Amino acid sequence: MKRLPWLLLIGGSMLMMGCRQDMHDQPRFRLNAATDLFGDRRAARPLVQGTVARGMLKTDTALWSGKVGNKNVDQFPFPITREVIERGRDRYNIFCSPCHGLTGHGDGMIVSRGLKKPPSYHTDALREQSVGHIYNVITNGNGSMMSYASRIPMRDRWAITAYVRVLQQSQNVKVSELTAEERRKLEGAQ
Amino acid sequence: MSQIFHPSTNTLSKVSIVSVVLLLGGLGYGLLALNRSPYVARTKIPFDQPVPFSHKHHVAGLGIDCRYCHTTVERTASAGMPTTETCMSCHSMIWTNAPMLEPVRQSWATGKSLEWTRVHDLPGFVYFNHSIHVNKGIGCASCHGRVDQMPLVHQENTLYMEWCLDCHRHPEKHIRPRDKVFEMAYQPPANQLELGAKLVKEYKVQKLTDCYTCHR
Repeated sequence: MKRLPWLLLIGGSMLMMGCRQDMHDQPRFRLNAATDLFGDRRAARPLVQGTVARGMLKTDTALWSGKVGNKNVDQFPFPITREVIERGRDRYNIFCSPCHGLTGHGDGMIVSRGLKKPPSYHTDALREQSVGHIYNVITNGNGSMMSYASRIPMRDRWAITAYVRVLQQSQNVKVSELTAEERRKLEGAQ
Repeated sequence: MSQIFHPSTNTLSKVSIVSVVLLLGGLGYGLLALNRSPYVARTKIPFDQPVPFSHKHHVAGLGIDCRYCHTTVERTASAGMPTTETCMSCHSMIWTNAPMLEPVRQSWATGKSLEWTRVHDLPGFVYFNHSIHVNKGIGCASCHGRVDQMPLVHQENTLYMEWCLDCHRHPEKHIRPRDKVFEMAYQPPANQLELGAKLVKEYKVQKLTDCYTCHR
């Protein structure tokens, strides 16, 4: 019976081997991990100032900042196809509709919860704004609206811009501009 | 010479053989059940967070799309955690004095990150990519459960290998049309297996069950 404590010890420590989690918790940082190595406690380090990823020099200012010189561009920097507009609708509904509403009247759900009502897109002043202006508002924010540059990639911001134009047009067509068939549809709906 | 064992031991030996088998089986079953239990797998347990963020309020109540905050879920391995800027897009204007949002305002003022507690904690030897799953028609709720009904997020599924493999072997059981991926309340149709098989073909879903699909 003298052997019993030893057997328990060895048996017990063999069972404990199953409790090590080295493979689970590997000595590397995962995305957004915290660390005490740096003052800001972030494992992800900011890029050294002036770092440019390959192909991201952004020399095409019309494309990236919606401006040429100091002036907002009034032409889209790439062709707007149906595909781009549909992508724009998709992104608009995700990122913009909570405040601006699905049709751009500034009546989104968050407005009903107390957010300051954003201006409607359907005013002459905003209809006359350049596409570069709309792109810039999405990119840099405007008034109390935050920048969406870190959330929406550049091409999607242009797609949203195109969709905002579509929304503006959708709410501002004269009956006389409709085709005969569309007029019939409209009259049928009334 | 008389018998060593009394005749009643016949019964005893039979009973003991059966009960040893049953006991061992029961113990094995019990251990497996324990391993899949919420206690071991950490499922169904809401985690404390620096801010008691409610997905139920933001998703079910306000109708905000998953991608408003988890912006990279369609593009990268990580779905992406919202930056403080995302929170402040609304909360610089509404609920500006709510005490529970004080950590968010602190983070905004100081530039220090909010330190959330990770709920879905995959082992370090598992590779997972959100974008491929959502782009191939796997809904958020298929893995994360009805997040829109969770005041505080908990892990819905075990995330065990058997759970991953079940879907990797039979994707037709869970796949849905791409435009329904972010729909929380999506109900699979009665002919799910039929539709699933069609979508698997259409989306060119491969039944990736090689070890190195996830362990790379």
